[in-house]
Amino acid sequence: MEGEIISLGIEGTADTLGVGIVSSSGKILSNVVKNQPLTTGIHPREAAQHHAENMHLTVRKALEISGINLKEVDLISFSRGPGLGPCLRIAAVSARTLALMCKLPILGVNHCIAHIEIGRLLTGAIDPLTLYVSGGNTQIIAFESGKYRIFGETLDIAVGNCIDQFARSMNLGNPGGPVVEKLAKEGDYFNLPYVVKGMDLSFSGILTAAIESTKKHRIEDVCYSLQETIFAMLVEVTERALAHGEKNEVMLVGGVAANKRLQEMLSLMTQDHGVQFYVPNKEVLGDNGVMIAWLGILMHNAGITQKIEDTTVLQRYRADDIEVGWR
Amino acid sequence: MTIEMIGKGAEANVYQYGKLIKKERISKSYRIKELDTSLRLKRTKREAKLMSLARRAGVPTPIISDVDTISCTIEMNFINGKKINKLLSIISKNERRELCSKIGNHTGKLHSNNIIHGDLTTSNMIKYKNKIYFIDFGLGDVSVSLEDKGVDLLLFKKVLHSTHFKFKKESWNGFIEGYSKVYKDYKNVLLRLQDIEKRGRYFVER
Repeated sequence: MEGEIISLGIEGTADTLGVGIVSSSGKILSNVVKNQPLTTGIHPREAAQHHAENMHLTVRKALEISGINLKEVDLISFSRGPGLGPCLRIAAVSARTLALMCKLPILGVNHCIAHIEIGRLLTGAIDPLTLYVSGGNTQIIAFESGKYRIFGETLDIAVGNCIDQFARSMNLGNPGGPVVEKLAKEGDYFNLPYVVKGMDLSFSGILTAAIESTKKHRIEDVCYSLQETIFAMLVEVTERALAHGEKNEVMLVGGVAANKRLQEMLSLMTQDHGVQFYVPNKEVLGDNGVMIAWLGILMHNAGITQKIEDTTVLQRYRADDIEVGWR
Repeated sequence: MTIEMIGKGAEANVYQYGKLIKKERISKSYRIKELDTSLRLKRTKREAKLMSLARRAGVPTPIISDVDTISCTIEMNFINGKKINKLLSIISKNERRELCSKIGNHTGKLHSNNIIHGDLTTSNMIKYKNKIYFIDFGLGDVSVSLEDKGVDLLLFKKVLHSTHFKFKKESWNGFIEGYSKVYKDYKNVLLRLQDIEKRGRYFVER
């Protein structure tokens, strides 16, 4: 297509290495995701090593699947943060190498905003209030006066981290989400701490209480009660943000978004308010390179540029620090 | 007398009839019945208790005339004023500073009496005849802990960043001015606030 550009994006904020290739018309040409096999929590250095060892093959595979030659790529983007320092640096170094080697523009992008933008592209949501839930992040974000504003977030650990840590401490495997979701189907409810502070949340106390409660309760009951409690908290703060602002759409993104019960609860809540509810398809819900490539295109088309020396990684990169020039 | 719904918040429906309003914490279909019932009941009781405690501490709140723990409804007098979130952007810089100082002052009085609001945002404050009324105490608590007081302050700071970002600095400074005047332990709360912020996942000094 005339004037169309092609972007290659590298995601590497945590245990997932992702390389995606996407065109400026929004066509996904390839989406290769390589997860570090884990039985424990993420060790930053080991995850970085995994990314370094697999980078070459993953990029090559993404190019092969897309049928695109590296010479046809117009833009390199990578996840600049937030994330684990060692992992971020592998993605950044790889992106810089490709950009310098092929003499291409390079853009370091915000991982959280990338989740939102790929969701908007694929679901057709125009201006959603977004609940972003994953192993590393829990935020309620909406666009307002030129920036993505954070309306609520976790005060300690992420919701996915809470579920995973619980599952690991019970030897249920890693990642814990799918196992806990399955066990919860056979469970009964008992009371666990419910911690909502305004539009912010806390999960660390519930995690401790859930682990402790396995001494007295069946594992199925703990899984059920844990899910019901933390998801109700998430839906409540989303509802509060919805009542606070003037958005007519709600979008759910991030790895935890794959949970069917959470989807069901948000769907019920949004029906009550008569607003649209969107969940992107599974391929782009978790971390991936496509979303990084797509946000690269949006920023590039808005005239945003970065010099190589400006592409340092930002471990605590906040979504509300960025001037959004593309909306 | 006609009964009119005047507000549909995230948690409750608010009906007005004459000089009274009824705030009914409605059942939510998304959460299971046990959790739904216990949250609604707990918050209704808390709100009623904390509103009268707050008033005794010198912070204006509506006066409660009835509490129904079956339907989770609180009946109170109607404050026919303007919510601070709608007011903040349409007043002058000096007025804004004064207003935020008063909010800080009220918060300081609450904290001096170990009352935690729990949802300290500008949409939970109403200005009426030169007084600022605090409402929505459902997420509140009675607590001596610096942590709880620090989180209250954090919530106010955050709403300035997410909603009133154009005036965040002056509003925050005004708030702290008023807060520190009435609450003698303010320094420790502010130190704890820093700790809480640093613990967050995306902490950036600001």
